[in-house]
Parts: sequence; structure tokens; C-alpha cells
Amino acid sequence: MSTEKMAKRAGTKKTKMNAAMIWGAAIVGVFVLVAVLAPVLAPYDPYKMGIPYIKPSAEHLLGTNDVGQDLLSELIYGTRISLFIGIFTSIIVTVVSLTLSLLSGYYKGAIDKAVTAITNITMGLPDLALTILLIAYLNPGKLSVIISISLTAWTGTARILRSRVLQLCEMPFIKIEQAIGMNDFIIMIKHIVPNLKDIILSRAALSVSAAMMTEAGLSFLGLGDFGAKSWGTILHYAFYQNGVIRNYYWWYLPPILCTSLAVLGFMLLGYYGAQKAKLVKNA
Amino acid sequence: MLEINHVSVEFASENRVLAVDDISIRLPDGSRTAIVGETGSGKSVLLLSIVRLLPRNAIVRGKIELDGENLLSADKKRLQQVRGGVVSYVPQGGGASMNPLLKVGYQVGEPLIEHKNYSRSQAVEASISLMKRFNLLNEEKLARSYPHTFSGGMRQRAMVAMGIAAGPRIILADEPTKGLDDKRVRLVADSINMLKEETLLCVTHDMSFAQAVSRDICVMYAAQQVEFGKSEEILNDALHPYTRDIINAMPENGMRYDDVGFAPAHGSYLNHSDGCRYRDRCRERSEKCVIMPPVFDVNGRKVRCWKYDSAN
Repeated sequence: MSTEKMAKRAGTKKTKMNAAMIWGAAIVGVFVLVAVLAPVLAPYDPYKMGIPYIKPSAEHLLGTNDVGQDLLSELIYGTRISLFIGIFTSIIVTVVSLTLSLLSGYYKGAIDKAVTAITNITMGLPDLALTILLIAYLNPGKLSVIISISLTAWTGTARILRSRVLQLCEMPFIKIEQAIGMNDFIIMIKHIVPNLKDIILSRAALSVSAAMMTEAGLSFLGLGDFGAKSWGTILHYAFYQNGVIRNYYWWYLPPILCTSLAVLGFMLLGYYGAQKAKLVKNA
Repeated sequence: MLEINHVSVEFASENRVLAVDDISIRLPDGSRTAIVGETGSGKSVLLLSIVRLLPRNAIVRGKIELDGENLLSADKKRLQQVRGGVVSYVPQGGGASMNPLLKVGYQVGEPLIEHKNYSRSQAVEASISLMKRFNLLNEEKLARSYPHTFSGGMRQRAMVAMGIAAGPRIILADEPTKGLDDKRVRLVADSINMLKEETLLCVTHDMSFAQAVSRDICVMYAAQQVEFGKSEEILNDALHPYTRDIINAMPENGMRYDDVGFAPAHGSYLNHSDGCRYRDRCRERSEKCVIMPPVFDVNGRKVRCWKYDSAN
């Protein structure tokens, strides 16, 4: 899924994107470009070992790590993993919360009570602890990271969407659709979901950033995908191979900056997108 | 034939309210009936109970029979076939009566996709010819535009087109003229009168509109049916004091209405022990009115007033 497209859609043609959203879209766009063009952009194979601890130089723009791997290449390839996990988790989170909120908001009654109860219980769980526990039990890999993060991350979006679905279901046009005998599935897909799109898109952008943060944290703790090189993994090695103590700033600073910048990008998109949507709604 | 048989609707909340109190109306095929009454008299609730679109806390008693089949016990699948396919509900075309994100052409043709398995483009074609039937002008362009570009009268006529799209036999119209000026009301009346074969049950509080579209009129007051009869008979010679009051209050009759007194809210209408509900506003009340009058038959017309007690 292209995030730029997402950004474009979040600010529809009629409501122009504001400056914050344009910045967000630009940042996200650059990272997506880097991820896609990683093999072209990376000067070295990130797994190729060489001379360790080289300071940033013309040859190795960001220096090398403890086994002599080029850090710039690692960082560029790391963009792929971080973005992949972020976006994929966000898709799962959005689909799960959308489905649950549609079911509970549209059918109400017992289903609504059940979904609300599940949401409340999940919200009450200590999510980071649960995620760490789950990863420890599952086989290490991208998929388990994605599953573990998604398991607790859907609650906020589900709540917001449910309230909006409840609101929409009382709108005359939904009642009318029922009165002309449309089936529930079509009412939900054709009439309710399009009216939720501003919330869905901005919440999706926000969950990308949340998932990226969690992924970086997990990888830093050594719970990520060992084979893959994500920003968190670089940080993990920088810390545990004493890169931080010896102050090899070129080793630990870039992944931190990249994570923060990417998260900022998605936040700007999501947060200001949501605000924009709210403004339009209230107008 | 649609038969509404002793239907009562109660809302079971903390304060129980009886919104429709024991109403029976027979609608033979091709009949045209208007339900007239003031806001809150239970007209719309009665209409919604036919298509079973009331909120969950509504309890409907009695029988609503469509050609002998009780709709109140129909399952969900059957209801979906009936709604729009056999019985169609035409709502008031207010601002949010159409999905703001979908084009009008598609929405008007949507019942055809559901009930007649039309494709999307066929449905849009059909909706253009439907809208032509109601003289919306420039129909091809309208089909491609969004609902917010429509005026109130246009939207209402589009709603009528949408309601009849799948060729239902019975049309339930819920205040189709609310918020429209006189000229638009006439346009909507014209478009409803174009449906000659269909059975019509129309809820309105506009007497002249009721006169324009109906052959029978049912007058409701405080959840009850107070009078039922042929439209001309009712308009020329109303029996119930309430009907007489609202007819006198019509602009063309000089808005003659001297209020006897403001009627306090009767509340929940749950019991009949308070007597006639129009008593407080009635100019012809008598001692007998403290007892709830039954429905009397006066030369084939029904009226709920002690004045017509044949025992006298």
C-alpha cells in the first residue's frame, strides 16, 4: 500500500491538506522511497563484514559497526523492515477494529456488549508486557512481531470507530437503506465504511507510527527478527556491543533519528488529518 | 392488500409510552389513504411498524397482514424481500436522507440492484428514466451529481423515485412534504399521483396535501384513530370535533380556530381510564367524555366520539 496515496486521500480534494500534513506526507514519502529503492541506494551489502568501528568517512558515510558492516547500508535496509512491520501491523489493526466496530455498532445488542467487553478487557491488559511474553513464546520472526503488536493495538481505533458507526446508524440514509431492503453487508460496505474513511485513514497512520515504535523497542530488547536488519536491531547491537558506552555516536544516533523522524511523519499525517476531518465535520 | 389489525406500539423504556393505540386500517389494492394528525400522534411509528424499522425497545402488538401473511412474525430474509420489493417506504427527503458520498443516480437505482439483480450501470440507467418520470429536469446530469447539490423538493422527488424503483405494490410515504413550500408540495403531490396502480399509505400533517393524494383519510390524535372515512366526506363534513378543528384551521378556511385551552400532555397513554384524550381541547365535550369513547360506525365512517353513540 502506498502511503503517499493514503496521505492524499486523507485530505480529500475538497479539503486541502494543511502544512503539517504536507510535511508528514513528504517525510513518509522519502522513507517509502528509500525502502523501495534500498538495493539501488545502499552503497554496500549490509551483511558484508569488513573493518570494524570505522568513523564516518567518504568511503563509509556513516562508518561501520563491530563486525565491519556499513551502517548506512544497514540503515537503508532497516527502513524496509521498520516500515513493513509498521504498515502491515496498521493494516491488521485497522481491519480488525473496523470489522469489530461495524459488527457492534450496526447490530448492537448482544454483539455490541460482547465486543465492548472484549475491547475493555484488552485495554486493561498491560500491552507491552503481553507483547514481550507472546514474542518469547512464538517463533522469532517478522510475523510474530506483527501478531504480538496487533493483538493489543486495535482497541483505541475500535472504540472511536464504534461510536461513529453508532452515530451513522441513526442517520436517515442508513434507515432508508434498511427500508428499501438492502442487505446488511452492502449497507456496511457501501454506506457506512466510506463515511468512516477520515477516521480510518488518520487512525491507520497513527497506528503505523505506534507499531514502528513498538517494533524498535522490541528489536532493541533483542526480541525482534534476528535475521533481519531493522533500526531497532542496529540499536540493539550498538548497545550490547558497547557502542553506546564507547560513544560510537555514528552507530547509535542514526537509527534513533530515523525512527523519530518516521514516527513524526506518520504522526503529522494522522494527527492533523484527524483534526482536519473534525474541522470539516463541525463546519 | 395490507391489513393493519388492532396494532399497538409501546416503547419499553423507563417511562413506558404507548405510541400507537389499537389501530386498524384496511388497505385494499389500489387504495389511497392518508394518515393525518399532529406531531407525536403516532403516525410515523405506525408506518415504521409496517416495515419493522422501529427501535429495538418497541413492542408491537396486533397483526399486520400482507395478503394474509403476518409481517410482524416474518423473518429477516423475508423482510428484506418485502422492504423495497413489495412494500416501500418513502421517507422525508431531509438533508441526510441520502448518503452524501454516493451519487444520486446510483442511490436511486439501488433497490433494483438488491431486488432485481441489476448491474450498477443498468441501475443508473433505470434511475435516470425514473427521475424523468417525476420531471426532475436534466436527469442525466443529476444522476451524476451528489445529493448536497439537490434542493429539498428535488431530493424529495428523488426519494419517491427511489422508493418505487423496484416496483413495489404498496408505498408508505412518511411526511413527504415536510419543510417544502406550497409549490413544491404540489410537485410532490403530482409525482405521488402519477403512481396510479400502487396502494398508497401516506402520513402527513398537511390537510390540503392529504386531500390532493388520498381517497381515504385516517385522522389520528394521541395515538388513537379518531376518525376514518372518504376524503371528501371528511373534508366537507367532519364528524369528530378534532377533525373539524383542524379543517377549520386550514389557511383556505380562514384559519378559524379558537383554542379552548392548552391541552396538558396526557403522558404515556397507557390506560383508557382518563377518558377521551381530546376532552381538554374539545368544544363539544360533555360529562360522558370522562369515559374513553369506543369507535362508532356512522354510515360506514368510523369515529371515536360519544356524540355518535347510537344508543342516544
